[in-house]
Amino acid sequence: MSQSLEAYLVLSVLLFGIGVFGFLARRNAIAMLMSIEIMLNAVNLAIVAFGAFTPELAAQASTIALFVVAVAAGEATVGLAIVIAIYRNRRTPLVDEYASMRE
Amino acid sequence: MGLPETVPYLEWRWDDLVFLAMAGMMLGAALFVVLGRDIIRSGLWLVLSFAGLAGIYALLGSPFMAVTQVLVYMGAISVLILFAIMITQSKSGPARLVFQRQAWAGAVAAIALVLLLVMAVLLTAWPLAGDQIVPQEARDIAMLLFDDYLFAFEVVAVLLLAAVIGGLYLARRDPDMPETNRLGGPRGSDEDSA
Repeated sequence: MSQSLEAYLVLSVLLFGIGVFGFLARRNAIAMLMSIEIMLNAVNLAIVAFGAFTPELAAQASTIALFVVAVAAGEATVGLAIVIAIYRNRRTPLVDEYASMRE
Repeated sequence: MGLPETVPYLEWRWDDLVFLAMAGMMLGAALFVVLGRDIIRSGLWLVLSFAGLAGIYALLGSPFMAVTQVLVYMGAISVLILFAIMITQSKSGPARLVFQRQAWAGAVAAIALVLLLVMAVLLTAWPLAGDQIVPQEARDIAMLLFDDYLFAFEVVAVLLLAAVIGGLYLARRDPDMPETNRLGGPRGSDEDSA
């Protein structure tokens, strides 16, 4: 089981699905950002799994996954900063109350 | 004294047991993140989910990614998220309703996506995939990173710098804005809900 590519890809798909549901269903902007992190983790798992089972890609996959991690870190920084900036104005982290960006 | 070849009583390979344990921990924690009512607990479950993924990276023969996962996700990003939760947490908000009213549609969409992707994964042949894990050497990653991907590496470095500066700029307090004066004080109920 742990030696087949499909098992890891299915695991990655399940994790991605959980992230998609969280992103669509949660009202809190930070919970939505956490769901995005879960989705990015799922994608990273798929990349590393592909690399682990394909000898030609072994080191390439980790390199690409490392770039994904770096970009995800930048995304988290800017995303959370935007949420905090909106919170300063609107006093709520709930996205359905951000119907308009101005008062 | 070494371990027996297979797990006693179950006749599984040890890898399978570790895989199932890590996968269950990761998916369960991720479900708690998504379904939990208390957002700060969601943030803490997220750390456990990251930990499970780090274990799976180690199982995949990629210790470099496992260490990166622990350092970057469990160490840095979770702390960032927990701080953002603490800043934006307000008791008086309508926290009872954590889900959108259209949450069922989101659940249907997510389940449909999962079914579609699982079918795609299982029906594809994956001709290049071997049937065992190839361990990844950190030395090979370093050779690629500082040779073939050097330009991308530098671009990512600049991107991270830009993200840090942009984050600081976005989250800083604007001294001209009158709303910031109310930040430390008690939250007024009538004017804010308007």
